[in-house]
Amino acid sequence: MGEASVVASQWRMVEVGRVVLFSNGPFAGRLAAIVEIIDHKRVLVEGPSESKDLLVPRHSSPLAALSLTRIVIEKLPRGAGSAALQKLWQAQEVEGTWNKSTYALNKAKTMRRRELNDFERFKAMRLKKQVRFQHRKSFAAAKASA
Amino acid sequence: MSTENKTKKFGKQERVIPSSTDKALKYYPAEDVAQPRKSRKTQHPYKPRASLQPGAVLILLAGRFRGKRVVLLKVLPQGVLLVTGPFKINGVPLRRVNARYVIATRTTVPVEGLDSKTLDKVSDEKYFARDKKSDKKGSEEGFFKQGEKPEKKQVSSDRADDQKSIDKALLSSIKKEQFLQSYLSSSFSLRSGDRPHEMVF
Repeated sequence: MGEASVVASQWRMVEVGRVVLFSNGPFAGRLAAIVEIIDHKRVLVEGPSESKDLLVPRHSSPLAALSLTRIVIEKLPRGAGSAALQKLWQAQEVEGTWNKSTYALNKAKTMRRRELNDFERFKAMRLKKQVRFQHRKSFAAAKASA
Repeated sequence: MSTENKTKKFGKQERVIPSSTDKALKYYPAEDVAQPRKSRKTQHPYKPRASLQPGAVLILLAGRFRGKRVVLLKVLPQGVLLVTGPFKINGVPLRRVNARYVIATRTTVPVEGLDSKTLDKVSDEKYFARDKKSDKKGSEEGFFKQGEKPEKKQVSSDRADDQKSIDKALLSSIKKEQFLQSYLSSSFSLRSGDRPHEMVF
């Protein structure tokens, strides 16, 4: 028998300090941090964002409405108050880290695409065609020389 | 029977005897006659949508040129829109279209340099009136010519000149913006996955 190595799982945990994303409800698309775990279905959350339309007031929310992000606020004491949370939230640049994540970038891209008007969609199509043409040209050249 | 009222004299007094048609009825009608209600509606002048500003690029949705992207020149008081392709770009001539069968996009083409004299001439109601002489439907001559091929309509040179003078100013401003000309020459269509109700035009 070989030696079995037991490694802790890499799952994202529901834990105090875990930054969550609201997937539905009135705060859909906003970020908040878990301040306290109420029971196996509910957590106390607060999102102290500086901009008003990203703010999440302190309230208890069902975990079913949340998705866990990769970000965890380090050293957030259990049941921390608003001021303490806001301080750590800003110091650890939660929103900055989030905006650089692939998910946030993709979301911003789709939102931008959705806003395009007819002419802009046409221009995007034409520019995409140009890029594709250049790619294929250089690919064919590389293939021929190889 | 006389329809005039008669007057009769009784000494110094006078009395009017109504004619037989003017007399009060001897009975009331058994059923009430319904009086039509007075309509309180009034006719309002045509008010176009806010997006229908001169110079806006429109997508035509119905008719022979459906799917084409055209330039709106003027909103006519009859409630129709005067549009042009321009003809050289997508083959749509100066034409009146119903505002209902049109999508207004946010793209605009500057229309300041347009020849206002020609524009006024074209926007007159009679400009697009059908030439009755050439329309022989229903006449005897037309009946005997049914089997034959109809003569090809000749575009009058007046119209072609109007088209050119209006399109000239438009073409120069269209050429200034990249892709605008090819945008106008392409036609709109929905592809799979497109959601027209969520699109921004």
